[in-house]
Amino acid sequence: MASLDRGAVVLNLMKLRTFIALFAVLMFFSVAAPNFLSTANFILMSKHVALNAFLAMGMTFVIVTGGIDLSVGSIVGLCGMTAGGLLLHGIELPIGYTVYFNVFEVVLITLGVGVFIGAINGLLITRLNVAPFIATLGTLYVARGVALLVSDGGTFPNLVGKAELGTTGFGWLGAGRILGLPVSIWLLLVVALAAAYLARYTPLGRHIFAVGGNERAARMSGVRINRVKMFVYMFSGFCAAIVGLIISSELMASHPATGESFELNAIAAAVLGGTSMSGGRGTIVGTIVGAFVIGVLSDGLVMMGVSSFWQMVIKGMVIIFAVVVDQAQRRLQQRVTLMQMAKAG
Amino acid sequence: MTVAGDSARDDVILRLEDITKVYSGTVAVKQASLDIRRGAVNVLVGENGAGKSTLMKIIAGVEQPTLGRILLEGQPVTIPSVEAANALGISMVFQELNLLGNLSVAENIFITREVTSWPRGIDHAAQIRRATAYLDRLQAGIKADSLVEDLMIGQQQLVEIAKAVSLDSKIIIFDEPTSALSAAEVEILFRVIADLKARGVAIVYISHRLEELIRIGDYITVLRDGRITGHEVMKNVDTKWIVRQMIGSDAKDFAKSAEHVIGDEVFRCEEISLPRLTGGLAVDHVSLAVRSGEILGIYGLMGAGRSELLDCIIGRHAHATGRIFIGGKEAQGKDTAGRIAGGIALIPEDRQRDGLVSILSIAANLTLSSLRRIASPFFIDGKVEDKEVRSAIASLSIKVADPAFEVSSLSGGNQQKVVIGKALMTHPRLLLMDEPSRGIDIGAKADVFRTMRRLAAEGIGIIFVTSDLDEVMALSDRIAVMSNGKLIAVRDRSELTETDIVSAAARGHGPHKAAMGA
Repeated sequence: MASLDRGAVVLNLMKLRTFIALFAVLMFFSVAAPNFLSTANFILMSKHVALNAFLAMGMTFVIVTGGIDLSVGSIVGLCGMTAGGLLLHGIELPIGYTVYFNVFEVVLITLGVGVFIGAINGLLITRLNVAPFIATLGTLYVARGVALLVSDGGTFPNLVGKAELGTTGFGWLGAGRILGLPVSIWLLLVVALAAAYLARYTPLGRHIFAVGGNERAARMSGVRINRVKMFVYMFSGFCAAIVGLIISSELMASHPATGESFELNAIAAAVLGGTSMSGGRGTIVGTIVGAFVIGVLSDGLVMMGVSSFWQMVIKGMVIIFAVVVDQAQRRLQQRVTLMQMAKAG
Repeated sequence: MTVAGDSARDDVILRLEDITKVYSGTVAVKQASLDIRRGAVNVLVGENGAGKSTLMKIIAGVEQPTLGRILLEGQPVTIPSVEAANALGISMVFQELNLLGNLSVAENIFITREVTSWPRGIDHAAQIRRATAYLDRLQAGIKADSLVEDLMIGQQQLVEIAKAVSLDSKIIIFDEPTSALSAAEVEILFRVIADLKARGVAIVYISHRLEELIRIGDYITVLRDGRITGHEVMKNVDTKWIVRQMIGSDAKDFAKSAEHVIGDEVFRCEEISLPRLTGGLAVDHVSLAVRSGEILGIYGLMGAGRSELLDCIIGRHAHATGRIFIGGKEAQGKDTAGRIAGGIALIPEDRQRDGLVSILSIAANLTLSSLRRIASPFFIDGKVEDKEVRSAIASLSIKVADPAFEVSSLSGGNQQKVVIGKALMTHPRLLLMDEPSRGIDIGAKADVFRTMRRLAAEGIGIIFVTSDLDEVMALSDRIAVMSNGKLIAVRDRSELTETDIVSAAARGHGPHKAAMGA
């Protein structure tokens, strides 16, 4: 019986491992890095983390269905270029007129572009049976290529806009504050709550987990698999579009290379947060905490003056360690469940 | 006459003595003793789940016996693995294909025994040459360098057979080798078997097709519920004797038939057909109807198209043809979700693969099909869900510690009840049950049968598929027999005897009438 109790305690510790890791990282840098423990620094770090957290949330749903979305980094780049291009140059119609959009419309169109690329991913995967890895690898290149084509590889600078065209105020997204907190943090909060609610309290959320847990059984239970998959890729594209907007707004410029390799950080945050690459398992809260662990780790190491080469080594080891603990937890979980069943008779 | 006379003793190459095999709680084989003779075809028959395959897996080294001895040429042996069995001269052609589709026929035949020469590694030319020699004996026109995945299923089965032959085994076990073969391919197989027999190889042959067994068998052993119930020289027996040994007279625990009224038609399907990948039809223009409160049992052998028929009805195959009517109106939805919404529910045969999402909780599995009914699109009300879950658990007497536990923590019988509960929660008018009692213990079986009776009494129409004669006789109001994709007979239970059913089920399966392929 003692071993059962001990097993249950260890198991609970393992389940909370992402929180424990975050706490440990925060503790460590509070001591090791000067100026780490300040409100200004925390807000700055949160802004960094928010970008990855958006992508990681979209990625979590995709991975939970058993897929992967490699295209998010490129969608970030393309959406940034879309917003920048529309604000600066509008759309030139062939009849000689140029149509400008106000900031609100630009944001909507940009989100639409992200959702559209997600929909292409979804269609490739559901209708044409392309493996998610390949389909999104393809759109990774296509979206990045289009982003470069838009400006012939150049940057859209100085997105201040003109008051008479209604294109001013784009900077609010990246620099604005509400009640002292940056807009991007509030946005993250809203999207995260919506995503967590979706996962827990809606039929669609339940279906996402069912598809990842056992696609055949889900189909035989009447779940419309294709709609579920379409949704997760479109949501992932939507999240990427938000990130593209925020980055362009923060920099007040759009660069076509923005977002390169962001997909890898998003996958890392999801996995660190307990999302299983084989599908069926994962939580939004876990993913966000995972994004914070990665973000705090890299910012803290920068503040300590650790070289970026060492940062990569440390980040990689943390990810591998997290997955090793995850596997150990699965095995322990099974043992404890069996022992509890034996105890219950 | 007993066969194990002294004169025959010399022929015995392998002897099983009092073999018992227990799987977590269920006894698959009970004290089976069996002699296998060289230069002869030793036939093994029995219903599905009678223990034939388990017994053969013990000989082939896949499974270990719980109790008992194996004597090979008089010496006690243990067979811990397939490799060990091969080393002892025993090989098995498994019912499910174990070939690697991405490799060539020759590479498959010589897998783990690659022909190598230093320093160039695998000698592909030599492998193909030697494989061709084996394949030529089959005369099936299979090329040694073609990829296995490019072959038809029947040809793949022949490759599997060539692989077993190439091991130069003393004992070769064939587990239902003809189930995927066309008539011409069956002739090839029989020629190979005759050739092996002439060279003194002991053949163990498992099949459901009685005509086939009588044609090629020398000795026959019948199994029922894990026990050997008969052992004879083939020329002394006939079909009737085999059926009698297979069925026996032991009564099983079926719930008493509840008084119930059979009402109006709830379901009708017309001309359902499903093409098979290898050509021909897996379901061949089947039409049938079920009335409310009626239990229709579909009996047939494996591969008769029973499960495929249920799959068509639930909308799993987009390329199936035919029309389906629910309560007199033609069903609209083509996919599974649409059919469920229309009032049909399926309890699939393979609950691990098609029935349960094992990493979700018991509660989430129960409500998975009915979320649209018990939730608004944007909100699952925990209280409503909890109420539905508890009432399902109570009415099916599922033994559950906590509905929030993963469904994989339940025993097989309780998992099956969860699958049934999930189907019932959609409030179906027609319930399809594919082998509802497979792989669950006797107590849970009785519960499942009781539930079927109760549901029928409540006015649901039920179609269930079974390979168990007792079950189909005891539970059905009407019995349909399928064979080779076709519906052979639909009669009231009172009009059919067990012998009628068995012979009807075997009718379309003889080697001469087997599917010719398109």
